[in-house]
Amino acid sequence: MARRFSFLIPYYAVLVILLYIPIGVLFLFSVNDGTVFSFPIKSLTTHWYADMLANSALLQAAGNSALVALGSSLAATALGTAAAIAVLRFSLRGRGVFLAVALMPLLVPFLILGVALLILFAAFDVQRSLWTVGIGHAVVSLPYTLLIVMARLVGFPNNLEEAAQDLGATYFYTLRRVILPMIGPAMVAAWLVAFTISFDEFVLASFLIGREPTLPVYIFGQLRFANRFPQVVALAVLVMIVSISLVLVAEWLQRTGSSAAQARRMG
Amino acid sequence: MTDMDRLETTPAIELVHVSKHFEAFTAVHDTDLAIGEGEFFSLLGPSGCGKTTTLRMIAGFEQPTGGEIRLKGKDITAQPPHLRNVNMVFQNYALFPHMTIFDNVAFGLQVRRLPGEEIRERVLAALEMVQLTGMVTRKPAQLSGGQQQRVALARALVNRPAVLLLDEPLGALDQKLRKEMQLELKDLQREVGITFVYVTHDQEEALTMSDRIAVMSAGHVLQVDAPRAIYEHPATRFVADFIGVTNFLDGRLVSSDGREAVVEVDRVGALRAGPRPEMTAGQPVTVAVRPERMRLAAGGNEDNGVAGTLEEIVFVGNDTHYFVRLGGGPRVMVREQNQVPTDQGVPFEPGQSVTVAWAIASTTLLRE
Repeated sequence: MARRFSFLIPYYAVLVILLYIPIGVLFLFSVNDGTVFSFPIKSLTTHWYADMLANSALLQAAGNSALVALGSSLAATALGTAAAIAVLRFSLRGRGVFLAVALMPLLVPFLILGVALLILFAAFDVQRSLWTVGIGHAVVSLPYTLLIVMARLVGFPNNLEEAAQDLGATYFYTLRRVILPMIGPAMVAAWLVAFTISFDEFVLASFLIGREPTLPVYIFGQLRFANRFPQVVALAVLVMIVSISLVLVAEWLQRTGSSAAQARRMG
Repeated sequence: MTDMDRLETTPAIELVHVSKHFEAFTAVHDTDLAIGEGEFFSLLGPSGCGKTTTLRMIAGFEQPTGGEIRLKGKDITAQPPHLRNVNMVFQNYALFPHMTIFDNVAFGLQVRRLPGEEIRERVLAALEMVQLTGMVTRKPAQLSGGQQQRVALARALVNRPAVLLLDEPLGALDQKLRKEMQLELKDLQREVGITFVYVTHDQEEALTMSDRIAVMSAGHVLQVDAPRAIYEHPATRFVADFIGVTNFLDGRLVSSDGREAVVEVDRVGALRAGPRPEMTAGQPVTVAVRPERMRLAAGGNEDNGVAGTLEEIVFVGNDTHYFVRLGGGPRVMVREQNQVPTDQGVPFEPGQSVTVAWAIASTTLLRE
């Protein structure tokens, strides 16, 4: 098997290099002593990182992003979990339509969604702020949280709720002791994914933002100033490291969860 | 306690004119059932006959379209499942995968907020009863199918329900384990004295374990009786066919008096059966005879003897099945036990003429 497909190895190598060269360059630029990036690198420095940490506007933007990401991801996880339980565990009339509508943000371009939300907020006279960005991010994160929680929920026999009720439990007791503990790992994974989506989302944020910028919006604004650019690059490297770690943790949680569920089914 | 004694006291479960429709489909037609205190009662029928729906109505998971369900004389029709003093063992066990065996069994007691010490004692006693001590800290996925089945049983019994409902609990086990568990379940039921309502499609299982069986088909209860009575005196052709194997000979009643009934079967001749005073001469009836009650005789002095041609011989180990064409008409199966080694020559050859003989007592008449 491995031998027959050995031509795939160089192909894979090229793919990986193309994907990761920009990221590598980003890292090199962030430690390069100069505002223009050119080879060979003159000398290494960490002062872009130090400047960045002293830049209060930038840190403020990062804080805004964290706040929006936290709020929108919690909302998306709560809604996605409720929707997943409703779709899979209740005989819901029009479940197909409901699911299609809930997953729609996956297909609609953010540009269009951004304009639509902008018009909507304007129509209801809602001031643009971090709240409006958060609402937009909750909408686009919902499909992900819904699908992640659903994937876990289908792995369990669907009469566990009946078994709990048969043993005297009310529905809320069942939810607390049976359903939520079972889908807990998936909820954490869904939350991490939603957080990551929100944290680096630019298109929706640029439409819905008020006076306080989120990080991507702030970075975009800084591109005009060449001397501040390396700070932004340094920040980008930090954000990337955090994002990748979060996604890896989410992936790991989902895997341990589903393999345990699989073992259960086999048993 | 006989069946009659049981029913004279208040039944554990009573269904009064219960029916269940799913939109246009009728899962259970107007049904009356009374299940006695301490009885092992089986609902037996092919898949889709309404037996599981009936069980789920008793548990409270399905609401009857019409009628009333009583638990020890009290109407529970409108009661939600978590308030009913009945517990269920599910076909797939439905154990909580994220809890230990201890927590699974303790669940029902924890819901009722019993003191921790009492919970502990009762859980351990229940696990001992199903021979699963020493597994308390494991998760369900770490147990075999048979062990999971026992946990499900302990989880239900630990609550001391008035009635235990079992939905094909042995369905997922292999044949050998099934047989063991059948006897074990029966012993357990006698020991705890709780009323069991047992759903199965396996007629042998129902015959082995039950005090009484209700045979169901297409949403109707066809017959409710003790296993022996169901086997020996099936009420309808469906029951005779579903429980065991039966030969059917369609004919017409020619005479019926206080001593015996005589049926004329086309191309077979007159057959004698026990007295059926309620039947009138001329009406169409079906003669039903079990294969093991028929004999291949050289020239018998039995009550019924019909000449035929032996068409096929099937060796199945403990028995031999002979398929005989009676008088060029219907074909019947005769089952003979292999009481001597069969490799020392067989007494019959295919194609040979034989006489199939059976007794009046083994002849059942069914009205169609």
